Amino acid sequence: MIEVNGITKRYQDKTAVDDLSFEIRPGQVTGFLGPNGSGKSTTMRMIMGPDAPDGGSVQINGRRYRDIPLPLSEVGALLEAKAIHPGRSAFNHLWFLARSNDIPRSRVTEVLRLAGLEDVAKKRAGKFSLGMGQRLGIAAALLGDPGVLLFDEPVNGLDPEGILWVRNLLKSLAAEGRTVFVSSHLMSEMALTADQLVVIGRGRLIAAGSMDDFIGKSPGQFIRVRSPRAGDLNELIVQHGGHVTEEPDGALAVTGLPASTIGELSGRSGIFLHELSPQAASLEEAFMELTRDSVEYHGSAGPAQLVTAASAITSSQEGRN
Amino acid sequence: MTVATSVSPPKAGLHYRVSSVMGAEWIKMRSVRSTIWTLTAMTVITLGIAIIAGAVIPAQWHTFPASQRATFDPTSISLRGLLFGQLVIGVLGVMVMSAEYGTGTIRATLAAIPNRPLIVAAKAAVFAMVAAVAGQVLSFGAFFIAQALLSSPARHASLGQPGVLRAVVGSGLIIPVLGLFALGLATIIRYTAGAITAYVGTLLVLPITLDALPSSFSHPILNCLPLQIGDTMASVVSSPGSDWTLSPWAGFGVLCLYALAALVIGAWLMVRRDA
Repeated sequence: MIEVNGITKRYQDKTAVDDLSFEIRPGQVTGFLGPNGSGKSTTMRMIMGPDAPDGGSVQINGRRYRDIPLPLSEVGALLEAKAIHPGRSAFNHLWFLARSNDIPRSRVTEVLRLAGLEDVAKKRAGKFSLGMGQRLGIAAALLGDPGVLLFDEPVNGLDPEGILWVRNLLKSLAAEGRTVFVSSHLMSEMALTADQLVVIGRGRLIAAGSMDDFIGKSPGQFIRVRSPRAGDLNELIVQHGGHVTEEPDGALAVTGLPASTIGELSGRSGIFLHELSPQAASLEEAFMELTRDSVEYHGSAGPAQLVTAASAITSSQEGRN
Repeated sequence: MTVATSVSPPKAGLHYRVSSVMGAEWIKMRSVRSTIWTLTAMTVITLGIAIIAGAVIPAQWHTFPASQRATFDPTSISLRGLLFGQLVIGVLGVMVMSAEYGTGTIRATLAAIPNRPLIVAAKAAVFAMVAAVAGQVLSFGAFFIAQALLSSPARHASLGQPGVLRAVVGSGLIIPVLGLFALGLATIIRYTAGAITAYVGTLLVLPITLDALPSSFSHPILNCLPLQIGDTMASVVSSPGSDWTLSPWAGFGVLCLYALAALVIGAWLMVRRDA
């Protein structure tokens, strides 16, 4: 269990994290989403202790990180890939960490095998690829068999096989009852891994809740309909109160009517349907919608839009709690 | 996939121990090549200078003026190479700490051991032990090699003569103390280049610069700098005309204060700063 209570971090004139509060519960994978520069890494460093918040506090299992008697057996973290001395072997990097917390040497070999690094254990870490560095960082996080795990962008630099490995690892860690908190800017990755989401932008909380809520409540749900008589169907739907947008390939994107009604309307009028599929907004779209206002570095200037989904999700959260 | 045999229960009452933290620091130190290379370079050059001194001086003795023959100090000459040892141990002391910051290892270290002053203390203790052994090996090694080579007409020294044992042991002891001073500087500065510059500046550049100034001003300062203190420690025959200098052990005490001050300030800053 991680409790973040109103933490704030300022760098000179810039507020990186602004009065941020959330809770991460055990037994689930909680995704930590935000655009680049939104304060995800800063927040994770404040949870783990290398950086101190200017205000607020963080508690892990009810106490501050620095008060944990044997930290590695309670919290494991991958904060940055390749934060390793390039001249030190993977084995020795893990072995000094293990030694400091009285973790047996055999566990070092165990996590090296788990991370698929046993063949390069004696190799100097400077020769590691980014992906191997990530695997070593993950191995270090697992070293003390901790109940709380934090991963900052764990799939960065991994190949597809590595990404799949991380995905399954995170899920199995959560299934074992551990608290798993993982940051990413890859929304699609989160959609496949996370059960819960914490979304921040410009250091502030934008939304927190379950993945299903997040996708379900976000705008952009519609029903895609294809028909050889698309024009007729379009009129029919509009007559019955639906709203239609034509997609470039001729499909109709319908909102305002359920799929069942569309199917019945077309059936009664003898219009054949080639597709009738409810489309959930992808997490990517929901995320873009949520953070549109708080994206620090726009690729190109676009009209800022009101964040509507954010209020929907946070209010639903408040209702449940 | 099994991640662990079981989720381990909270290990009640267990706390990280000082001996374990020191054990971890020892693994860190011996697992990078720079440690081996700097210690090797230090040994080769320090002992090499002793060999050269022992071999060259008897052959050149006839060229020495009478005054130089009168004040010839075979102990001090044999230990001259330790100045290089002082330089190199400082580089090693800096790297032991600055490499943590330069590579980001410090974050892993702090995750394992959040007690920052304990990290500085454990690192300093382990490094000091290695440097102390190196210092004694070098000072005794250089002394014995040079004395064995120094032959007539040049004089040679033996450990039984007054002040000689003090000079040899003391010169060796200066090695870990200066190394700790460098480690402290690195804890304050955190960058390898900056910390090495500060160390070399204090050790070598500052004395050379001060020497150009009037002696009434510069000598009291020079006498408190590592170069002069090291020279006094290694000397058995006092050179004529030297105004007040700190006694060998008083000078050694001053060096210890420098090291302690640098380490304490470094640890204090480490607690206050983000890593």
